[in-house]
Amino acid sequence: MQATDKTLVRIRDLHFSRGHSKIFNGIDIDIPKGKITAIMGPSGTGKTTLLKLIGGQLKPQQGTIYFHGENIPTMKTKKLYEVRKKMGMLFQSGALLTDMSVFDNIAFPLREHTELPEVMIRDLVLMKLQAVGLRGARHLNPSQLSGGMARRVAFARAIALDPEMVMFDEPFTGQDPISMGVLVQLIRSMNEALELTSVIVSHDIEETMAIADKVYVISQGKIVGHGSPEEMSQSNSPWISQFVHGEADGPVPFHYQASSFKDDIFSGEYVD
Amino acid sequence: MFDWFAQIGKSAIDFWARLGGEVLLFLQTVMAFSKIIFRPGLIIQQLFSIGVRSMLIIIVSGFFVGMVLGLQGYNTLIDFGAEESLGVMVALSLVRELGPVVTALLFAGRAGSALTAEIGLMKATEQLSGLEMMAVNPVERILAPRLFAGIISMPLLAAMFSAVGVFGGYLVGVDLLGVDTGAYWSQMQARVDFDQDIVQGVIKSVVFGVVTTWIAVYEGYTCLPTSEGVSRSTTRTVVYSALAVLGLDFLLTALML
Repeated sequence: MQATDKTLVRIRDLHFSRGHSKIFNGIDIDIPKGKITAIMGPSGTGKTTLLKLIGGQLKPQQGTIYFHGENIPTMKTKKLYEVRKKMGMLFQSGALLTDMSVFDNIAFPLREHTELPEVMIRDLVLMKLQAVGLRGARHLNPSQLSGGMARRVAFARAIALDPEMVMFDEPFTGQDPISMGVLVQLIRSMNEALELTSVIVSHDIEETMAIADKVYVISQGKIVGHGSPEEMSQSNSPWISQFVHGEADGPVPFHYQASSFKDDIFSGEYVD
Repeated sequence: MFDWFAQIGKSAIDFWARLGGEVLLFLQTVMAFSKIIFRPGLIIQQLFSIGVRSMLIIIVSGFFVGMVLGLQGYNTLIDFGAEESLGVMVALSLVRELGPVVTALLFAGRAGSALTAEIGLMKATEQLSGLEMMAVNPVERILAPRLFAGIISMPLLAAMFSAVGVFGGYLVGVDLLGVDTGAYWSQMQARVDFDQDIVQGVIKSVVFGVVTTWIAVYEGYTCLPTSEGVSRSTTRTVVYSALAVLGLDFLLTALML
């Protein structure tokens, strides 16, 4: 049972579909405690959906998601809200509350969930802000922040309640090289300093591979490979090599599903 | 053939499922009142943005409606030599009908549309999702205080509308057209009944408060999280609220008369 103790999230045989399109078709994932696990794959493979499933915001049609040995999809709402206090999530947009300052945004979960006096909340918020390097920006409003800064504030908010696990939804997308570097380094150092379990969902291969301990590659509803970043870059599976090396055509076709080009051209159908 | 039947069945099931979802969400929101009354800060904040910020438009409109009632009423009543009853006419029209109804229509346009857009944008920018992941229930934190504040604000705004309207009628009727001051006020005092007229008006405005605020909050919470979705929901809030208010007004009047 040694392995179970080191696994924080255990996903088994997960099926999820939205309308007629199948997003996950029986996937198994183990997220080890205290490590950085990257979940990668082309856009539209439902990486964000996976985080929402782990957070209990969506319910799968089939399968189990064990967090600390408890199955999230069958949890009662009250219990689910308790469990979410142990998870932090960093949304792609930051999802900061726009009617509050940076300071109040980070103080928000503390004020909602603890009875701490304001003096202590102030200290805690300043500590979190110092950790992400934005103590000087505490009076700003979210609209005054750059994209990278908003993500750092969101990170500070995600760790405000000292969760065990933080989930990052596309943390590097659309960042300039400097803020990208800052975020990469922040995720790595926080993971070590706070003994966090981090889950990164991303398609930025270089940055993610640089800090991840374990990588899962998802494609078309299946796990097509997993292992350490080194194993992944040396893999000779066509799926993984196409993704890791960014080839335009391969198992994930360049063309969206269509009838043969020749038939289509000569069909004479009018487009309106 | 069977596809056609299946389609009917499917839309019927969808309709009831949606209705059930709406009722459940409403009940959850109302149940959350028991928690938010211990957090007056949240309610006061909403009372300000929903109620206080709607005061200007309500007061100005009430004033003009009262003045028009004064003018029209005087012109009709004088044919029967009954212009002394102007005060009663103005007061009864305002307290029983125009106060609650016009206030609710203006409230839906001013506060309701703002509520829908605010909640809809919170949804589109993942703020509601973010709250859920911070273990904060958006129904309790966002919907309940807004609905509660709307229910409190509406009767107060309607009362202001009627009071200002009576004053507007006074300005036109007494100061401009020369109705006797004593007659204007004393007939109003004698003929406006608290149990019959004022309570009816208050009941109406509370009902309209629940309906318009709920429509606004619900449309925001369930809108499509895109710019088009938010804009459609905001339009729907105003249209549905107006129809609901006018329809319910007839029903309530028929029941209470």
